[in-house]
Parts: sequence; C-alpha cells; structure tokens
Amino acid sequence: MMHKTILVFLTIMILNSFSLNAADVTKEQIKGLDEQVQDIKTDVIDLTADLLQLEEKLLFPSNSQFALFVSLADVEDLRLDAIQVKLENKVLAHHLYTFRELEAMQKGGVQKIYTGNIKTGEHKLVISYIAKPSSGGELKRSASYTLKKGVGPKFVEIKIGGPDAGDQGLEFKDW
Amino acid sequence: MLRILKFIAVSLIAFNATAENTIDKAPVLKDIFYGESLFYAFQDKHFDAISKLDAELGQFYALDNPSLDPFNQHINHAEFSVGSFELAYRMHQRAGRAIKSIMESSLNQKIRNEAAYRLAQIYYRKNQPGNALDILEKIQGEMADELRVDEIHLRAQVYISTGKFSEAIELLKSIENEDKYKGYILYNLGIAYIQNGDEKEAIEALSRLGVLSSNDRGILALKDKANLTLANRMLEKGSPELAKKYFSLVRLNGPFADRALLGMGWVNVSLGQFKKALVPWAILQEREITNESVQESLLAVPYAYGQLNYFGQAALSYGKAMDNFGGEIDRLQTSIKSVREGKFLNAVLDKQAERDKNWLHNLRDLQETPETRYILSLMASNDFQQSLKNYQDLAELRVRLSYWLSSLDVYVEMIEIRRKYYEPLLPVVEKQFKKLDARIRLRLSQRDRLDQRLKSLAIARRPEYLATAEERGIQDKLGKIELYLSANPQHYTDEVRARISRLKGVLHWNINKAYHERLTNAYKQMQTLDIYINKLNEAYQSFVRTRQAATQSYEGYDIPIRQLKTKIQAIQLKVNGVMARQGRLIETLAVNELERRRNLLEEYQINARFALAESYDRATKKQQKAEQEKLIQGIEEDKALQQSTVDEVDAGDAENTESEKVTEEVIQ
Repeated sequence: MMHKTILVFLTIMILNSFSLNAADVTKEQIKGLDEQVQDIKTDVIDLTADLLQLEEKLLFPSNSQFALFVSLADVEDLRLDAIQVKLENKVLAHHLYTFRELEAMQKGGVQKIYTGNIKTGEHKLVISYIAKPSSGGELKRSASYTLKKGVGPKFVEIKIGGPDAGDQGLEFKDW
Repeated sequence: MLRILKFIAVSLIAFNATAENTIDKAPVLKDIFYGESLFYAFQDKHFDAISKLDAELGQFYALDNPSLDPFNQHINHAEFSVGSFELAYRMHQRAGRAIKSIMESSLNQKIRNEAAYRLAQIYYRKNQPGNALDILEKIQGEMADELRVDEIHLRAQVYISTGKFSEAIELLKSIENEDKYKGYILYNLGIAYIQNGDEKEAIEALSRLGVLSSNDRGILALKDKANLTLANRMLEKGSPELAKKYFSLVRLNGPFADRALLGMGWVNVSLGQFKKALVPWAILQEREITNESVQESLLAVPYAYGQLNYFGQAALSYGKAMDNFGGEIDRLQTSIKSVREGKFLNAVLDKQAERDKNWLHNLRDLQETPETRYILSLMASNDFQQSLKNYQDLAELRVRLSYWLSSLDVYVEMIEIRRKYYEPLLPVVEKQFKKLDARIRLRLSQRDRLDQRLKSLAIARRPEYLATAEERGIQDKLGKIELYLSANPQHYTDEVRARISRLKGVLHWNINKAYHERLTNAYKQMQTLDIYINKLNEAYQSFVRTRQAATQSYEGYDIPIRQLKTKIQAIQLKVNGVMARQGRLIETLAVNELERRRNLLEEYQINARFALAESYDRATKKQQKAEQEKLIQGIEEDKALQQSTVDEVDAGDAENTESEKVTEEVIQ
C-alpha cells in the first residue's frame, strides 16, 4: 500500500513536470506554423530592403545626404545620459539614452542619431552631452566641428571618450 | 521503471547554457554601417539588425571590386553575425542556409569549422540530433580556441540524443574541469551515465553537482534539479533515508522547492513518520495555491492526519481542501472563458509587456486576463515560448507593414507635390541652361586654344604670339603703309623705306625683349583663368546634378511604389492568416492546459469528498467506540460493586438481571 502510494506520487510528479502540450496540438502543427512565420519574416526583410532603398533615394538623395553617428570609446567609467546636436546653431537632434542603448554602445554598437540633407560647403556642428562619471556628479561637455560637405553623401562619427578625444571628450571622424 | 527513467533523462538533457546570439562584442569598426546593425542586435532588435546588415551585404556583393570596400574587412564576421541574428530572430531555415554556404566556401578551415559548429547547434536545437551529428562529423582539424569546449559539449549532447552514451561520457569527462558549462557538464554526464546503465557513476556525478558551489542562478537551479532527480531515484530504489538527504539539499526558495517539500513529506510517509510528513506539507500549504504540489499537499495533509487517527482533523482539512479546490475550479473556469474571448492574446500584445522581462508572470495583473500561474509550466515550454514569440513577431511585422503602407501613400503625395513644382519650372530653366551652355562651351574652347598656344610656345619661341594689342595695331599700320607704297612707288623714297625699317625694328625689338616676361605673365593669367574655369565647371556640374536630382525626385517612382504596395498588401494578408492560426494554437494550448488542471482539481475534489466522508465515518466510529468502551467500563465497575454487595442485598436480584439486559442491548 505504502509503495503504491509513493509510486503514484512519483508518476504524478514526473507527469506534472513534463506534460507540456495537449494532445490535440501536434508537433507538426507547431513546426508547420513556425516555418510559415519564418517565410513571412524572410519576405518582410527582403521587402524592407527595397523599401529602405526607395526611402533613401526619395528622402535622402546621395548628393545631399548627411548622417551623424554616435559611438562610445571603450570607457567603462562614463555613463552617457543625453546628447544634443546643433547644426548652424539649430538643434538637429537630441537623445536620452536608455540602459539597453548604452549597453549596446558599450559593446561597440554605433547609433545613427540623424539622417538628413544639407547643401555642399562648410557647416558648423556643435555637440553637447551630459554624462555621469563613476566618480559621481554630472559631466557637461560641448565641442564644435566644421564639416565639409562635398558632392557625395557625408557621414560623421562622434566618438565620446577615448584616448584621442580632446579636453571635451569628443572625437570626430569622417567616413 | 526503465521507461520512466529514460523519460526523466531525455527530458533533462535539454539543458543548454548557450545564448542564441553569439555576437557579444563588436570588432574594431572599418565600416560605420556594420556598427549600426550591431547597435540594434545588441538591443535584441533583431529585425532591424538583419535588415540593415542584409542591405549592407547586398550592396557589398553588388560592387565591381568588393575587396576594395572597407566592409570587406568585416565580411566573415558579418556573415556570421547575420546568421546569428537570424537564429536569435528564430529564422533557423535562413540561418542554416547562410551558415552552410560558409561551410562550403573556400574560407579558412577554422572559420568553416565554426560554421559547422553553429549549424550543428541549429539542428540540435531544432531537435534533429542526427543532422547535427552529420554536420559535426564534417569538422576537420582544430576549432577556434574560444569554441573548443562549446564544440565538445555540443557533440556530447548530440551523442546522448543519438544513443552514443559511452562516447558522450568520454567527451564530457574530458571537459569536466572546464569552468564554462561547469554545472551543465556534470548534469549531462550524470544523464549519460544513467542512460548507459552506470547507476553508481550517475549518482556520483549528480551528487557532485548537488554540492557545487556557485552564485549563478542557472547553476543553482540545476543543482536543485539534480538533487530532486537523485531523491526520486533513491525513492524508486527503496532508499528513503537517502532520498530524504537529497530532498533536503534542494533550496526552499528555488524553482524546485515545492516538489522537494512534497517529496520530503512522502518520504516520511514511506518511513511511517506521519507527524514528520506534516512539517514540509504545512510549509507547502502556505505557498501559492495554484501550484500543483501545493494542491496535492491539500490532500496529503489530511491523509497523514488520517494515518495518525486524527480523523476529526483530517475531516476538517479535507473540507478546507474541497473549498480551495472549488474556488480554484471557478478561477480556472473564468480563465478558460477569458482565453476563449481572446483576452490572453490581447495581454500578450500589451505594450507594457515589451518593457517587462517578467511579463509572462505579470500578465495576471492585467485586467480580465486568465490566471497565468496555471499555465506557467506550459509557458516555460519551448513550443509555447516559440509560438508566443512568433505571435508577437507577427504583430510587430503587421505594425511595420501598415507603417510602410501609409508611408508609401505619403511618398506618392510628396512625389506629386514635387512634380507639380518642378514640371512647369524645368522647361524654363532648361531653355536658359541651353543658352548658357552654348556660351560656356565657347569660353571653354577659347581657353583650350589659349592653352594649346602657350604649350606650343614652350616648344618653339614665337614672340609675335605675345605682342600687345597696340603692337599688333602698329604692325597692321606698317603693313598697310607698305601696301600703299608698293601701289604708289613715287612716294616710296629711301627715307620712307629707312623709317619703316626702323619702326619695324623697334617693334621687333620691343616684342622680343619683353617675350620672357610676357610668357611668364601669360602662364600666370592662364592659372587665374583656370580657377574661374574650374568654378564654372563646378557650377555647371552642380547645375546638371541639381537638374537631374529634381527630375529624379519625382520621376520613375510610380511603378516601384505600386509594386511595393501590392507586395505589402499580399504579405499583410499572409500575416493576418498565419497570425490568426498562431493565435488559435496558443489559445488551444493554454485552454488545454487550464482544462487539464481543472480536470485534475475535479479529480482531487472527488477524492477529497470521498475521503471526507470516510474520515467522518471513522471519526464517528471512533467516537462511538470510545463511548462504548466508556459504557462497558462503567458497567463492569457497577458489576464489581454489585458483586461485593450481593450478599448484603438479596432483594436486588431481579433489578440486576434487568440492568444486564439493558447493557447487552446497548452493546448490540
């Protein structure tokens, strides 16, 4: 009687632990639907490539295209809070960073903060950022950069922190 | 029993510590757009990451000479990344194809081995160990250092799944001292031993895991599971004392605590220690009522009371259990209704859920959603998770598609505005441009002639080319005078001839004397001219580009936009259809699980009802028996008293006989 009770208990425990799917939903159904979802994802990704290309051609033609990227140097003692970008004294973009965005940038990801159009010639860019160093307090920095827009598209990377950054902790790179 | 053991083993080997997205750090960037796709990937925004990287790869392969492009330095990393992102986005088919193409390429052997490892990983996760093994067999030579342990661990898992337990044991033993996968290696080793019939070694491996020191939550849970497995195994073997030891090693706040508490109680029951069984069950009863172990303990506690002959207490506990079961059955009923009304799917798509890592558990807090604690184990299953994520992905794709569709409408309008603006303007500009174009061409040809002349002067000295306008005027005048004099020789005196000769000589002298200075000035002026000519050219090119851009800003979009719209609409139809089916599947899985729990509770309720009746019956009988015993004792005491006074009271005989009769009647 005692052994029977224990065996029933064991069987219940095992069944409870591993009974996952009901009988009337088969593995094949789940697999079939999963494959259909994968096909749809492929279709949408391919379509998105075409749409992005169209969008770029329509909204940001190569002769006037201008994009700004923000990256973080390999610095762990700085937590970037916010950034503001001004072009010819007009605010072009500003951004408050989420934890996940910061984490992505610390791993080497690069944020495209702005895409737009500007005419050829020289333009003054002013970048300001707020960050929190590990030593505490709040750090406010600002630096300017003269970008030269030629005939082709212009891509500028703003790198925060790092050994080659100036006293304002900013480094600019033309791509 | 062997079947049960195999069932445990097969179910447990699913432990895999590898994260799907294997890219965790960007390389030194040579291409800014690659960094952008990694930015999305590191935030688990896999759709954006794949779209961006796909576009980059497409552009790269379309180049005439891709090896000159900076992206070339990332190409291997990028190919892997896109496969990895596709894996993380649950696009296993596409990821598999991408990785297979690397394997079959002429790339470095280590890279191809890594590709083989990744592909084998995909097959293993898709529950195709045979295919995984075939791919692993293609690995030749050495693996990259950082993947050596991963490859051995995966190979061992594949061996276990394909029944090659001895080979798996050998591999796992070779890496058992590695820090990576530490607990998992021991666990899988234990499972391999069990499958191989090496009971002693299995227990030894799992016991080592059971006492492993770690702060990692995953390892701690694995330790609990190992101890639970060992305890169950000991119970099966009829060693309750050992089972008790392993149950006691399971943490009270871990995911397996409830099952361990329940098991501990049953071990005590098997040892006949019913009072001790009540201790873990009492703890269990205080826990979340929706838990299966807690619900089972509601029946187990009165069972133990019954065994201790506390029938009254048992009856009360059975009554409490029945009340609880009734309440939970009602909740389940409401939950089933809620799922069927689509409220569960609505909650799954709730925006708040996207920001909440514990959203599955917290779904219950939303209004009118089902009691999700009842489907937590179902939710933790791979199939259900995959279905839920697919459903969420489809919902996200639906939003994207409708965004693109509305964007295309805006683009059409924008193109129309541009057309209306530029179309009347361009012919006028074009007309003016043609006039200017003719003048520009004339000036350019003049400049070219001057340039050629200057270049010829560098080869042959020609001072007359650099004569001033005044000097050329004098030359002309002298020529005319000579012509006149030859027609009128009467005026052509020697004096006149000598004067003309002198004047010509002065002119020749001046021109030749100033030649070098004039040549230098000519070069300088040509340089100045070129500055203006370059500006003219720039303005010309700029105008051509602007005119082209203006035309391109509204021409040539109609057909592509129409085609894209048709494609979007076709995919929208597909998405809606598959999403509906996926939703139905999720609802069916959830309802089935809720119904299973409801049926189980109904069964428990019936058992409790019968047990309650039995307990009442036994409690009543016990009470009656006690009363009878009390009565008999009273009668016997009376008897003894009567016997002692029988000699003294003769007249009471008839009365005594009557009393005995009554007693017999009571007993009967």
